[in-house]
Amino acid sequence: MSDLYLLWRNLFRRKLRTFLMMLAIFVAFVIYGVLGSIHYAFEHGVDSSADNRLVVVNKITFIQPLPYAYVGKIAAIKGVKNVTFANWFGGYYQDARNQIGTFAVDPESYLRIYRDDLRIDPAQREAFIHDRTSMVVGEAIATKYGWKVGDRIPINSNIFTNKADGSHTWQLTVAGIAYAARKSFNTSFIIFQYENFNESKTFGKDTIGWITLETDSAAVNETVAATIDELFANSTAETNTQSEKAFGKAFLAQLGNIALIITLVVGAAFATILMIVGNTMVMAVRERTKEIAVLKTLGFPSWRIWRQVLGESVLLSLLGGVPGLLVAGLLVTVLSKAASGAIPGLALTLPVAGLGLTFMLLLGVITGFLPAWNALRLNIVTALGRL
Amino acid sequence: MTGQTLIHLQDVSKRFVKGKDTITIFDHLGLSIPAGDFVAVMGPSGSGKTTLLNLLGGIDQPTEGSITFDGGRVDTLTEGQLARWRAHNVGFIFQFYNLMPTLSAARNVELPLLLTSFGRAERKRRVEAALSLVGLAERADHYPREMSGGQQQRVAIARALISDPKLLLCDEPTGDLDRTTADEILAMLRLLNQEMGKTIVMVTHDPEAAKYARRTLHLDKGRFTERELVA
Ligand SMILES: Nc1ncnc2c1ncn2[C@@H]1O[C@H](COP(=O)(O)OP(=O)(O)OP(=O)(O)O)[C@@H](O)[C@H]1O
Ligand SMILES: [Mg+2]
Repeated sequence: MSDLYLLWRNLFRRKLRTFLMMLAIFVAFVIYGVLGSIHYAFEHGVDSSADNRLVVVNKITFIQPLPYAYVGKIAAIKGVKNVTFANWFGGYYQDARNQIGTFAVDPESYLRIYRDDLRIDPAQREAFIHDRTSMVVGEAIATKYGWKVGDRIPINSNIFTNKADGSHTWQLTVAGIAYAARKSFNTSFIIFQYENFNESKTFGKDTIGWITLETDSAAVNETVAATIDELFANSTAETNTQSEKAFGKAFLAQLGNIALIITLVVGAAFATILMIVGNTMVMAVRERTKEIAVLKTLGFPSWRIWRQVLGESVLLSLLGGVPGLLVAGLLVTVLSKAASGAIPGLALTLPVAGLGLTFMLLLGVITGFLPAWNALRLNIVTALGRL
Repeated sequence: MTGQTLIHLQDVSKRFVKGKDTITIFDHLGLSIPAGDFVAVMGPSGSGKTTLLNLLGGIDQPTEGSITFDGGRVDTLTEGQLARWRAHNVGFIFQFYNLMPTLSAARNVELPLLLTSFGRAERKRRVEAALSLVGLAERADHYPREMSGGQQQRVAIARALISDPKLLLCDEPTGDLDRTTADEILAMLRLLNQEMGKTIVMVTHDPEAAKYARRTLHLDKGRFTERELVA
């Protein structure tokens, strides 16, 4: 018999109560693991954007269009190495619920700017540039729908109307499939020719959504951004130029400040179990007042009893939390597959798991502190007198 | 059988402060217990019997005076030192047995050995020997709730004996038992005193129980009113 055996027997003295506490902790850590992983994937995905890429959007909001003519003007600015642009298409496949991030782009310049992020077969790249009604499909989408090079696919828009037949459908041929050159890059997208799009849409001709450019180096980012915004100041479409990183973060902020929501939800879950488990542990140890007094009478030193009680709450926390994290890892894997890469890099990563373990230990120590302290301070004479 | 002084109380006072009042339990009490003695302590409720046992067992300290055990001062020890001293020198037997409900009889008996450096095999051997001594070898795997009061008290005796202390302190050890069972327990205590030389101090309300002791001390209002020293 060891102290650990005593601790174990005490922990499972009331099986239902212990099981319920473990369940509460388990649920909290499932929530933490899933939301924490999503949060991490977002933060991490944004951070992986290149340092010397800037995004130019309409100053009013980034959904307002910009004139196509800006592309040429920006290309002429000193410090600008490459320029490309994109237009949001509001694409979906067959059913409006099958949303796909679809962009009308200039193939050549777009693939040049994203050369370090996307990998595409050179022959497929050439085919895309030369076939006006073709598209390149990100790996996640190609896998999800089973599309192959040469397939002709009807892509619908929930914004634009096709001049040719008044429908919302564009027939596009898969010219190639783009793979992520680094893990965190989202391949849940379709890109197709802007030229084709510009000529066949019924409104908004010669406008684009945003411009992405590459500077000579990150050091000139600020100068270039200031020059661009000055150039278009007082025009009908004033611009706001930011680094792609900042843009990504602003985009996430538009999505409803995910980080804050996640922190609040996880925080609420932890606050709840902290109170439930903390309170239950205090009661559980109070029930044992007499036994603790007997242990002390037998000669068990106070610190050893203190350690026992603290160990019990830490073990409880781990027994609920570790399976919680494991299940979260499983859920995140399933979620990542279901979202077909819409959240790139979504997985229960080491930093998230590590922080989870830290939380478990903290939870154990915090909930065990008061009962352990009470046990430490327990006076034998008064406790034994309390029959 | 009795020999040199094992415990000596000199001018021991014990006072409790309760709000504005100070309750004096003992006022300059003296007591000497030779090694190998078996003392019954009787007296009305509230006369300080339990308090006396607490002082003898080092779970409470006197307000004044000195307590020596085997020639060494006990009243000056720190809380940690007292815990170690108790583990080595004193076995406690309570009225309501005070076994751990989550542990089997064998593990209850083994408990004090967690404070020693004995290995697994030695601990097992000692637990078996102690359980056999109290006649419960075949009950080793039973839990307290599965045993009668008398059996539980015998497990408690085995637990008190396991680290081979010189002194056994019993607070109304038969207070919760019927006559027959009480006699069994008392006979066992007498045996431990006579055959194993354990010094025993036993608090009891039962004159029949006191007959098992070598002498009886009557405590009233914090004083020993009468001493029956057995030659
Ligand atoms: N921690 C304490 N604080 C204050 N008073 C105490 C404390 N412990 C004991 N007393 C008082 O000391 C007196 C003696 O108590 P003690 O428990 O020693 O009596 P007892 O002789 O064992 O009585 P009983 O036969 O009922 O067990 C009582 O009046 C009790 O109220
Ligand atoms: Mg008493």
